[in-house]
Amino acid sequence: MTISREDVLRVAELAHLELTPAEVELYRGQLDEILNYVGKLQELDMAGVEPMAQVLPRDHAAASHSAPGASAAGADGHPELRDDVVRPCDVADAVLAQAPDAAKPFFRVPKVIDR
Amino acid sequence: MSAATPWTIAGVRDALLAKKISARELAKEFFAQIDRRNAELNAFLTLSPDRAYAQADRVDARVSRGESLPPLAGVPVAIKDVISTKGVRTTCGSKILEPYIPPYDATAIERLENAGAVILGKTNCDEFAMGSSNENSAYGPVRNPVALDRVPGGSSGGSAAAVAAGLAVAALGTDTGGSIRQPGACCGIPALMPTYGRVSRYGLIAFASSLDRIGPFATNIADTAAVMGVIAGHDSNDSTSAAVPVPDYGAEIERPLEGIRIGVPEDYFGEGLDAEVKANVLAGIALLERLGCRQVPLKMPHTDYAIATYYVIATAEASSNLARYDGVRYGLRVPAATLIEMYRKTRDRGFGPEVKRRIVLGTYVLSSGYYDAYYLRAQKVRSLIARDFAAAFEKVDFILTPTAPTPAFKLGEKTADPLQMYLADIYTVTGSLAGVPGISVPCGKTKIGLPVGLQIFGTHFSEGGVLQLARAFEKAGGFSV
Repeated sequence: MTISREDVLRVAELAHLELTPAEVELYRGQLDEILNYVGKLQELDMAGVEPMAQVLPRDHAAASHSAPGASAAGADGHPELRDDVVRPCDVADAVLAQAPDAAKPFFRVPKVIDR
Repeated sequence: MSAATPWTIAGVRDALLAKKISARELAKEFFAQIDRRNAELNAFLTLSPDRAYAQADRVDARVSRGESLPPLAGVPVAIKDVISTKGVRTTCGSKILEPYIPPYDATAIERLENAGAVILGKTNCDEFAMGSSNENSAYGPVRNPVALDRVPGGSSGGSAAAVAAGLAVAALGTDTGGSIRQPGACCGIPALMPTYGRVSRYGLIAFASSLDRIGPFATNIADTAAVMGVIAGHDSNDSTSAAVPVPDYGAEIERPLEGIRIGVPEDYFGEGLDAEVKANVLAGIALLERLGCRQVPLKMPHTDYAIATYYVIATAEASSNLARYDGVRYGLRVPAATLIEMYRKTRDRGFGPEVKRRIVLGTYVLSSGYYDAYYLRAQKVRSLIARDFAAAFEKVDFILTPTAPTPAFKLGEKTADPLQMYLADIYTVTGSLAGVPGISVPCGKTKIGLPVGLQIFGTHFSEGGVLQLARAFEKAGGFSV
């Protein structure tokens, strides 16, 4: 057994999930099975293998069709860093309109600090 | 419209220009069809008639003024409900976003509408795109229009079912581990996952950000290419979107096949592959060889580790991305006396079982003491899987595999066993991890009439080539091989 009841409860707390005792037991069994399966990753020799830090290889732009628009990309072919300029972002009302409880310009939540 | 002669993008354009039908009448026809079929299929969650008719009227005004028409003018499309649509409810198939109405459009939506497309509504999907059967939707499963007792695949099952049933000419889905390609295979239509970064993710509600991609469903390759040409391209609102020029896919697909090398890795034909699926896929590959493609032997040794790698990385990213649903800023809130209790009760009531399972798994693999053994290791194996693809594309232009190990399964068949459900993605997650494009094209049917999908992978940004091969396959009758 890889995962215990306590593991599930600890993780549920970290993830702010309120699980019923039945859910804890169900997930414990299922996660145990999944993690056993995932255990096959331990078979591989990882010496000298770097974790994949970004999805696209650095040379992808060079391998792709060249066209005038491509100059917008950085030299390594990755999306350019855009200029650091202020742009209007007048969305507060639209965003607050979706809030379950808003008191403009704030989101209202239960009291956090007791005094 | 009838099932025998489905509308195509070119057909819509011709009919509009010849004034045989107006965009408004066409939209009305599709809404009527949805009215007739949706109770049974459950493909649409929300319809957007106001938005659709307003757009149709704009198209009709252009027609009446004799102006040129944009590429998707008047084309009725459906949108997976994880893609933000301004003013149109977007639930992600979840109760936690049941009341959510996005204040902005995703870039892909903006581009579709600028190209004249008429958005009919939002399609059902597995909750937060987590699933391979659409049975994880909080709004009930979608039924496969080909066989109503079977799943349409997932997670973009509503989009696939809508197009396959003629309830939309094309649709957008999203693919994180197979969620476009596998439902395409199950419903018998072409379904394209573009290269990572090819289509902007701005406005796509995140599941696993290093894997998520938006892509098209259509009934034929020309339409797939037309939609792709509209949604592809760099967007400064998505820092992972690539500044690689978008070719004219419509021209690319009609180029003749010349000197094409294909690889058929044996690693994709092992245990668990349905015999009929295997026979169909091999027949499809034989057809491509008759069209002049040369087969080169290929091994992709880390294929067998892809599901394990995927479910560590995808759940880790999901546990982080879904932390935002806490009842504070949007969606469901369950009132409680304290903030933490409000978070917990909101998430408890708002999330369904598969989402909770993945959050628990993802939090576990990222947690102190387990990070190195699971998450870091999976990221390293992801490098090895990407290397398999890079090495393969030194030798071949395209990799051909089955899309899914079985045809569409029955509703309820796999819901009790999450691991079995995860294995439905065994042939699709590899390309997801490597970031390459992949298409599923119809490749005949089983004896009882269930569609089979043939998957074509190409190297990064080779959508034009992938579609070109798919078009040659389609033209040669491969869809009904």
